[in-house]
Amino acid sequence: MLEIRNLHASVAGKPILKGLNLSVQPGEIHAIMGPNGSGKSTLAGVLAGRDLYEVTQGEIIYKGRNLLELSAEERACEGVFLAFQYPVEIPGVSNTYFLKAALNAVRKYQGQAELDAVDFLALMKEKMQLVEMNPALLNRPVNAGFSGGEKKRNEILQMAVLNPLLSILDETDSGLDIDALRIVANGVNKLHTPDNAAIVVTHYQRLLNYIVPDFVHVLVDGRIVTSGDKELAFHLEEQGYDWVKDHADTAGQPA
Amino acid sequence: MSTEAQEIQDLTGGEYKYGFVTDIESDTVPKGLNEDVVRLISSKKEEPEWLLEWRLKAFRMWKQMEEPRWPNVKYEAIDYQDISYYSAPRMKDKPKSLDEVDPELLATYEKLGIPLREQEMLAGVAVDAVFDSVSVATTFKDKLKDMGIIFCSFSEAVREHPDLVRRYLGSVVPAADNFFAALNSAVFSDGSFVYIPKGVRCPMELSTYFRINSSETGQFERTLIVADEGAYVSYLEGCTAPIRDENQLHAAVVELVALDNAQIKYSTVQNWYPGDKDGKGGIYNFVTKRGKCAGVNSKISWTQVETGSAITWKYPSCILSGDNSVGEFYSVAVTNNMQQADTGTKMIHIGKNTRSTIVSKGISAGRSQNTYRGLVKISKQADGARNFSQCDSMLIGDTCGAHTFPYIENHNSSAQLEHEATTSKIGEDQIFYCNQRGIATEDAVNMIVNGFCKEVFRELPMEFAVEAQKLLGISLEGSVG
Repeated sequence: MLEIRNLHASVAGKPILKGLNLSVQPGEIHAIMGPNGSGKSTLAGVLAGRDLYEVTQGEIIYKGRNLLELSAEERACEGVFLAFQYPVEIPGVSNTYFLKAALNAVRKYQGQAELDAVDFLALMKEKMQLVEMNPALLNRPVNAGFSGGEKKRNEILQMAVLNPLLSILDETDSGLDIDALRIVANGVNKLHTPDNAAIVVTHYQRLLNYIVPDFVHVLVDGRIVTSGDKELAFHLEEQGYDWVKDHADTAGQPA
Repeated sequence: MSTEAQEIQDLTGGEYKYGFVTDIESDTVPKGLNEDVVRLISSKKEEPEWLLEWRLKAFRMWKQMEEPRWPNVKYEAIDYQDISYYSAPRMKDKPKSLDEVDPELLATYEKLGIPLREQEMLAGVAVDAVFDSVSVATTFKDKLKDMGIIFCSFSEAVREHPDLVRRYLGSVVPAADNFFAALNSAVFSDGSFVYIPKGVRCPMELSTYFRINSSETGQFERTLIVADEGAYVSYLEGCTAPIRDENQLHAAVVELVALDNAQIKYSTVQNWYPGDKDGKGGIYNFVTKRGKCAGVNSKISWTQVETGSAITWKYPSCILSGDNSVGEFYSVAVTNNMQQADTGTKMIHIGKNTRSTIVSKGISAGRSQNTYRGLVKISKQADGARNFSQCDSMLIGDTCGAHTFPYIENHNSSAQLEHEATTSKIGEDQIFYCNQRGIATEDAVNMIVNGFCKEVFRELPMEFAVEAQKLLGISLEGSVG
């Protein structure tokens, strides 16, 4: 589904990603872990098509196509979804209106009929149960005055409604208490199918207690320095990232 | 990528949609302004002596006055002798019904999306269409007449209801109120007159479409709306104009009078030609709009959506004379490219327990300058007065400007005044968030801007609100890309 080969990317001329490789197949959940500043959010931003990031080398093949040639909205319509670390507020635009506009933009792109208000609300009702969201939030402006937990739930609600093929969750666990974390993770798990895939970007291991990854990759200084299964995450939690860094200095030479 | 570039090109290169000229022979007075021209206008309109005197008095005062220089706008000096002050579509006999109206004129309105026939049947809106300076068609008049409501052209009102006109003309905006109001008072051509009798609630939205057509012809509309005791009326004003290279001056005057327990709601969607991307052409819109809450418990509400004109100079205001009277001002002003707007309101509290609300939303894009200028004045005797002001500015891009000048003059210690102001920029973050959900940039900007203006759009009558949203989209096309 997704092949990232030798990806180099920079922000304002400063190299952040330095030769990243990653392969994601349908049905897989990949966790990307790493210390602050290692390039986790840059990877998420590059995949989603944020023009803040400049890809200087390498390629990203998504569903057999060159992802880098697609605009951010085209990627979204092709099923790439980013759950933001800091979802933005859009004053005056109701959550429902926003989601309906998004869903219909995607449906239109995919050659499907746009949903009318009645069908859309039915869909919303169904999906909202997934994240145990307060229905009152639907009529509030997008993310405006939402608590941290509400914002993250809202992201997962959007994910549920848009039904993406490839979801990227950027530090979705940050700022969440344990109950909110459980609810959000639960939503993600329920949305997971053999046909879609997720990349879970996180600093801490605790999210992975709830969303169990098939693979864990450790990102240090713009490169994946080691990969493994979920046990690797526990290891990291105990040993800290310095352990991998040391590991990387010796093992990372050929890359 | 190349289709996207083409798209942006198409959007930014988009020509003003309503730019066309109707070929109708015009009856135009030669350029220039002097007492003879004032007399000529008055005589062409077969006006009574008192009105001619009123005009002449205004003209003499205007000659002594200076054009205001305080607005935050820049433009080449206007040569007032290089303007023709009267233009009327030539008609041998005045039309008795729509069937007699010049078909080309009707076609013009159809292009603008206001087919009179359809409107008569479907929309429930009585339209007093002002084409250049003379009213050519008035609908629904009979129905309104049965209720005692007068809705007609200003000229007709002068003929048919001289006492009413004489009583209220200039009672809110005196002839010498300001430079442009004085000019209007001297040379006004036509406009609308509305009178709602005691206790009558006008059953439909009354509306006027203004249109400037003859080249280099100034427009000097005059509107007078009187709501008698306990009456209610909602009035809509919408404008579009054809493309012109020469700057066109428009100096209208609108006067509203609300007596005891009366209510007037005045809504404007203004979309005059703003000039091209380099600021060439476009309408100069120098308007004096003022309402007087003369009676107790009366209410006047202004709602405006301003997207057009090269220069806007406009402060729809309320004089709150009656005790417990209420004034409201809801405004969206959009400027793009080289447009300049200096707009706002004045709330003058005189009566006791008077209340006013100001909600202003300014949106600037391109290289435009958008200024909010407002005055809240609480007089000594205005015990218990309250005002709430909210002025929000939104910037699109980094070559435009937003300015806020809120003036407060308070002479009564019991007054409660609240003022909130914000300035925001449409963030890359917001646009990317929308993009990432599949929403294209243009649609995202529309959505964000419309969200920003929601509090004002809510005040507009339904069909106008829809129109206003579309207009905002058209006005900001190509501003992000």
